[in-house]
Parts: sequence; structure tokens; C-alpha cells
Amino acid sequence: MRLLALVAVPLLAAGVAALPTRRFPSWRTSLLVATASVHTALVGSLWVAPATPMLNGWLAVDALGLVVLTVTTILFVLTSVYTVGYLARVPRRDGRAFVSGLLAFLAATSLVALSQHLAMLWVGMEATTLAVAPLIFHRHDRRALEAVWKYLLISSVGIALALLGTFFLATAQADVPGRALILSDLVSHARELHASWLRAAFLFLLVGFGTKMGLAPMHTWKPDTYGEAPSLVSGLMAGALTSCAFLGVARVTEVAMAAGLGPFVQPVLIGFGLLSLLVAAAFILGQSDVKRLLAYSSVEHMGLLVLGLGLGGVGAYGTVLHLINNGLSKGWLFLVAGNMVLATGSSSAAANRGLVRTLPVSGALLVLGLFAITGSPPFGLFVSEFTILRAAVGAGHLWIAAVMLLLLAVIFVGMATLLLGVALGEPDAREAPVRESGWLLVGPVTLAAMVLVLGVYLPGPLQTVLAHAAAALGGRAP
Amino acid sequence: MPHAIPHATPLVLLLIVLTDLAVLGTMRLSTCIRALGVQGLLLGLLPVSIAPTLSVHAVGLAVGTVAVKAVVLPWFLVWAIREAAVRREIEPSIGPIASLLLGAGAVALAFAIAARLPLPPGPDALLVPYSLATVIIGFVVLTTRRKALTQVIGYLMLENGIYLFGLTQTERVPFLLELGVLLDVFVGVFIMGIVVFHINREFDSLDSTRLTELAD
Amino acid sequence: MSVAHATALAVLLIVAPALPGIATKTRAVLTGRRGAPVLQLYYDLGKLVRKGSVYSVTTTWVFRTGPVVLLGSLVAAALLLPLDGRDAPAGFSGDLVAFAGLLALGRFALVLAGLDTGSSFEGMGASREVTFSSFAEPALFLCFAALVLATGDASLSGMLGAPVRVAWSHAAASMSLVGLSLFVLLLAENSRVPIDDPATHLELTMIHEVIVLDHSGPDLALILYGSALKLALFGALIVGVFLPRADLAAPAATGVLVLGLALVGVAVGVVESVMARVRLTQVPALITGGAVLALFGIILLLR
Repeated sequence: MRLLALVAVPLLAAGVAALPTRRFPSWRTSLLVATASVHTALVGSLWVAPATPMLNGWLAVDALGLVVLTVTTILFVLTSVYTVGYLARVPRRDGRAFVSGLLAFLAATSLVALSQHLAMLWVGMEATTLAVAPLIFHRHDRRALEAVWKYLLISSVGIALALLGTFFLATAQADVPGRALILSDLVSHARELHASWLRAAFLFLLVGFGTKMGLAPMHTWKPDTYGEAPSLVSGLMAGALTSCAFLGVARVTEVAMAAGLGPFVQPVLIGFGLLSLLVAAAFILGQSDVKRLLAYSSVEHMGLLVLGLGLGGVGAYGTVLHLINNGLSKGWLFLVAGNMVLATGSSSAAANRGLVRTLPVSGALLVLGLFAITGSPPFGLFVSEFTILRAAVGAGHLWIAAVMLLLLAVIFVGMATLLLGVALGEPDAREAPVRESGWLLVGPVTLAAMVLVLGVYLPGPLQTVLAHAAAALGGRAP
Repeated sequence: MPHAIPHATPLVLLLIVLTDLAVLGTMRLSTCIRALGVQGLLLGLLPVSIAPTLSVHAVGLAVGTVAVKAVVLPWFLVWAIREAAVRREIEPSIGPIASLLLGAGAVALAFAIAARLPLPPGPDALLVPYSLATVIIGFVVLTTRRKALTQVIGYLMLENGIYLFGLTQTERVPFLLELGVLLDVFVGVFIMGIVVFHINREFDSLDSTRLTELAD
Repeated sequence: MSVAHATALAVLLIVAPALPGIATKTRAVLTGRRGAPVLQLYYDLGKLVRKGSVYSVTTTWVFRTGPVVLLGSLVAAALLLPLDGRDAPAGFSGDLVAFAGLLALGRFALVLAGLDTGSSFEGMGASREVTFSSFAEPALFLCFAALVLATGDASLSGMLGAPVRVAWSHAAASMSLVGLSLFVLLLAENSRVPIDDPATHLELTMIHEVIVLDHSGPDLALILYGSALKLALFGALIVGVFLPRADLAAPAATGVLVLGLALVGVAVGVVESVMARVRLTQVPALITGGAVLALFGIILLLR
């Protein structure tokens, strides 16, 4: 029942929020925060007491799904609090499309995380695309239009290719016992699947969902969309939506690894991973806009995720941990960037110099965030990136480890140049510090604390779940 | 009776590829839309012609497909070109001859790939190469044309190709996927339509190459 | 050459001038006009033969031999076709190359004759004729290639003769695609709508008509008759693909050929009445479309 509620409650709330009203009512944001809290409570209960599968096994929660669901709900509940402050500052008509779009997005991502039926997972992924489109278009101007057009077109093509990949997977399963496209049945009969169809399915699903993740070279929509969307939407996309898309890639990787296609799958994943790192490094150098910089940083981290997946072994464990760290820290940084945009109306580096003086808390969070997102200790990303690096060295791929370290160093230099300039530079006008609204700080501060804790201490239950998820992906705990 | 309409399937599939080529060979938007509509109609015939027996499911799928792909979507696209007052594709990145030759290459590629994949004999083996050909040609249209509307047409052809492939799986994965495809096409175009409308209003043109403010 | 061969060839040579007439008449009727009589071209030819020729002082023997070479090469090409539905009077393996070569020779003679006048109009027409045929010829070879694959025979006698019926039973799709492609080529090679409008006399838009502006009298008669014969040759190719008639008795086979040619003429007329002429720049695209159809036919055969 709880599994169904995780999807149904936000969907219902989205319907209620879409009811027409004359002006912007405060109950709409209250509804948003309340629904998000209920959702978080439900997910929390899954950690305590596992839920039984529902609908003939179509809905179930496994280790990997639980990780994605948890990242999503934490990000969403904190973002919903942020939204209260955001909509108070930027009232846009009645906020109807915005709030109900956010809630629909939550419902769709929950569906993706809980789907054990891969066609239903695809439906959820498609729903996220449609739910996010009006959110990106929130500003209703030329640049937002261009961003939403690129996003819709490229994502739709990606999602279409993923659908074809899903059909290929069903074809691979044609003469095999078990329920069609149910993950557990696919995995348990993996060796009987038609290998050539499975290979085709893997490639199409990787490219299709990879487009939604923003892996290079299908990343081209990402800087435009993250740059133009409201920051909190960019944060949700970079943290939660990409995690869901990664889940799609991970699901088909699970099946392929179980079928013994590792030698085919792993080089492809490693190739996409390194290419993403390379593209991110190339575009981060010389970037002049904070939000676009973060978008390329997201390309980088997507690359790290598939790189870890491709390396296998402890790399899979590092990937799942990195999924959590990346999701939380992307939310943190985009919300800080949002504060910056609210203050100056722009996300360009030039307009925001001296952030530590104008917005002291956000400025400090930005500097800390820089170190977190580039994988410096003591933050969680250091642990997960180090685990992935260890997998590369452990598997004897010393050149992969070397390339990865080199690109991470380049990215660090590029990001530090821009973000330190923004935080510590000389402001144009001598503006007095603005008093920052609490609504807008709860989110980033909490997320920062979580990323910090993950860097020094992994709770026992989390370790168990991570180990289960890594095992499903053909890896192991360190 | 092994098949409801025995020899119709190969003919319908052949005509579907001809509509693909028609879209490639013309620069006139109205011709593209007409070809797409005909393709939708042909796709609607297939569930009936490949079904082992004439089931309610097959007929329902056929009716739904025709309604969406041959009536609603073409009508919607016609509305969009009237609204936006665009007639032809100006300056495509490659001309009709190159497009057609690419199309022929796509068909050859699709048949070559399909010959390598293990396929059970029967209607499925017949559908797969045509499905891949339509997918590839849709992708060619999507990537080589510059008008937002022609790109939408390319996307819809891509979807049609996927639909063709999906027909081989209707028995195993019933309803959900048909629903997914129809919904996807419908909603996808609905949103794209709104965007098209806005692009036209904001930019006074449906040329997606003018959407170049965002770049590195 | 047997009696049946001679009869079939004679019938083709006699009915050829009726073909443009049928097309024009169909077009006229479909557009609600009375139109010229079907046999108009015979009257025109009779009139021209009785007239004398006028030669420009700038022309040489090239100009005078052009029409003769044109007609000669077309008649020679006709000898390669299995007009009676079984085999050709002068068929050999690989004669399809000779067939295309003879058509090219006729075109070459006509183009040279046009250029020989030194007029810029004729030069323009010649350039267009050559440009478009450089697209049409590969397309013709693609059609032939598909037919060779479908029938397993590399001579025109085989491709359009007895094996055709067998080919239809296992490669109906390819055969119909090839037929369609040949029809596009027929329109292109014979300057019909939508490639060119035979009825126009606006030189700037013409392709074929403009080359023969300086010809007159019996020379013009030869050229006009040659054009009709070329149309009939392409018609015979299409009839050969669509109406296999190797099982019929020789007279009946020839009768079917005449009937088939008449149907082709009607089809040309129908196309002309429903389509507008495309712009010159789009002609190559149209011919390429025809070629792609044949290519698709080949792909289906190679499966």
C-alpha cells in the first residue's frame, strides 16, 4: 500500500494544485510542503520496515530503487521549503503550473524508482520529461523557450530510443520463461536471453536514458536547460532526475551483467564515462556562468557514475554512493546559485562578484560547495570518487585512473577559478549585506551538512543497502 | 484462417517505406504532413493484418492508431502550419537528393542489421527491417531539417518506426506499451505544439536555427 | 529474325506515334477539353515529310546526320527488346548495356546537332538534356540491376521475357517498385510532365523541345518520330515488367503489347493532368526518387 501511496499521493496533490484560482494562494505551497513531508515519511518507513511487492510484482522496492527514492525525497522536501521562499520573491501569476508540475515530477520520479517492470519505468521516465517542461519554461521568455525546446526535442528522441531498447529487451526475452520485462525474472533467466538482442537493448537503453542523464555526447541540452530553468528546478533535475535516468541505465546493466555480457558492457560504459569527463573538463575551463558551470559539473558526475559502473567490483559500490553524494551536493549548489540569482537577477560570474560580502551565508556555502563538488575531503564525494578510483587501480586499468585524476584536476582548476572569483572577488557596487531569508537557507545548509556527514561516517543500514545495490550491479562492497 | 488478411502485410510495409521516402524527397511541408498521415493510416492497418485472428484488441488498436496517427496528429500539424504560416523547408542542411540517397542507405542498413539479428520466422521477421528503416529515416529527417515543424515530423516518424517494432511484442506485453506509444505521441506533440506556437510568436519564424542565443 | 519478331517490331514502329496522342488526349479529356485527335502526330509527320528542310549557314554535316543517327540508334535499341514477350531479334547476354548505350548515342547525336547551330538557346537545352540524363542513366541501370536479380538473367530477353512471371511469384514487391521506377524514368527521358511540358513553347522553361528549334521538314519529322519511338521503347519496358506474356501465342502477345502501350499512354496523361511541372532545380530530386525506388527493390531482393 505504501508503494502505491508514494506515487498516488503526489499525483493527487498535483491534481489539487492544478485547480484554478484567481490569484496566488498560500495553500498551494503549504500543500507542496505537506505532500513532500508525507512522501519523505513514507520513504523513511521503507528503511525501517520493507514493503511487500505490489501489482503482480510491478511495483517493488529494492536496494538501488531505495537509494534513488531516498535521494529524491530528501532533495524534494528541502526544495519544497525553498520553493515557499522562492515563490514569495518571484510571484509568477498563480503558481499553479509550477506547483502542480513539481508534484507531478515527484510522482513520476517515485514511479521510476519503484518500477520493477521496465516498460512502466519507461512510462515514468517519459512522465518526468513532460512534468519538468512547464517548470523550465517558468520565466516565459525567449531564452527559456529556447531551453525548453532543446530539452523537449532531445529528451523526446532519447526517450524514444529507450522505448525501442525496451522493445528489444522484450524480444530478447521472447522464448524465455518468466513474466515479460519484470526485472527479477529477467535477471534470474538472464543467461537464456538472446544475446544479440540484449546487446542491442543495452546500447539503445544506454543512449536513450543516457540522453536524460546528460552523458556526453548527448549532453547538449544540459547547460542551456540548467542555465535557464529556475535554480530550484535545475537542482531537482541535476540531483533527482539524473539519478532516475541513471537507474534506467543501471537496470539494463544489471540484466546484461547477469547474462555474462560484462566484456561487452563494461568498455562501453567506461568509454561514455571518460568522454563525459573530457567534455566537462573542456567546457568548464573558461566558463563564465555559474549555472552553466554547474551543468557541466553534472555532466562530469554522470560520467563518473557510468565509469564506476563500467569498472565493476568496488566501482559499483562507489557509483551508488556517488549517486547519493552527487544528488545532494547538486541540490545544495543549485539552491545557493538560486539565492544568487534572486539577489542580482543573473547567474553570470561578472554580476555576482563578492558574494561573501553581499550574501554572507550563501557565499560561504558556495565556497564549501566548490570543495565538496570537486571531491575534496572531508566531503562525501571524496569517499565515493576515491572508491571509483580504487576500482580502476584494482582492476589494473592504471591509465583509466591516470586520465580520471588528470581530468578531475583540470575540472577543479576550472571550477575554482570561477567560483572563488564569484565568492571572494571585489563587488561592483558597495552593497550592504542582504538579510537572507530562512526559507532559502534551510535547504542548502541541511544538504551541506548531509554531504559532510557522508564524508566521515556511513551509517550501518546505509552500508547494507549500498552493498546490496552494488551486488545487484555485479560489484561488491569494499 | 491463419491471418485475417493474408497478403496485405508486405504491401502495407512497402507502402510505409515509400511514405518515408516521400517525406525525405519533398521540401513542401504540406506534402510531408500528407505522407505522415498516409503512414499513420497504413500503420493502423497492420494490427489487423498481422493478428492471428481478428480480435477485439487488434481492432481497437487499429482504430486508436488511425485516430491518433492519421487524423489527430496530421490535423494538428496542418493547424500549426496555418497558424505559423510556413510552407516549405528553407535551406535544409542537405538537399532532397542527398536526403533520398541517405534514405536509401538507411533502408539498406536496416535490412542488413535485421538480417543479422535472430528473428523467429513469421510476420515479426517481416516487420523488423521496415521498423528499423523508418526509425533511421525519422532520425535523418530530425537531424537534417531546420524547421521546428519538420523536426516534429521526423520525431513522429521515429515514433512510427518504434510502433512498428512494438507490434511484434503486442502478444507478450499487452496494452501498456500501446498506451505508452499513443500517449507519448499525443502528449509529446501537444507540448511541442505549444512550444511551436510560442517560438513563432517570439521569433516570428519557425526556424529552429534562430534558437542560438544559448551556446558556448 | 522470325516472322513473329518482324511483326512485333513492325507493329511497334507503326503504333509509336499514337502514344503521345493518347497521352495528350487523356490529359485534354480529364481537364475538360476536347483536345487534338489521337492520330495528330501522324498528320504532322505527313505534313513535315512533304516540306523541304531549311539549314542555317552555320551548320555542318553534324547537324544533318543528327536526326538520322537518333532514329537509327532507337530502331537498333528496339531490336534488343523481346517485343513478342519471349525473346528479342538480336538479344545477347549483357545487351542491357548496349540498350542504354544506344539510347545515349541517339541523345548524343541530337545534342551535337543542337550545339552545331551555335545558338545559345540550343546550347542551354543541350546542357539541360545532358544534365538530367546523367541522373536518369544510373537510375535506368539500377532498374536493370533489380530485374537481373529478380529474374536471374542478364539479357533483356530474359529480364522481360519468360522468367518475368516466375519473378512476380517470389519478388512481387521488387517488380512493382522497378515498374514504378521505370515509369518515373519514362516521364523524365521523354520530357513529360512533371519533368518537362511537351506542350510548352516558352524556351526558357523547356528541356527537350529547345534542342530541335532549328530543325525543319523531314529532319524534324525524324526527330518527332524518334521521340515517339523512344516513348514507346520505355513503354515496352514497362509492359514487359508488368504484363508477362511469354505463355500467349505470338499474335496475342503483340496485341497485349499494343494494349499495354495504350495503358501507359493513358497513365502518362493522367499524371500530366493531376501534377504540375516541377521547377528545373527539382528535376534531379525527382529522378533520384525514382532511382531510390529501384534501389529499394534491389535491397528487398538481396535480403
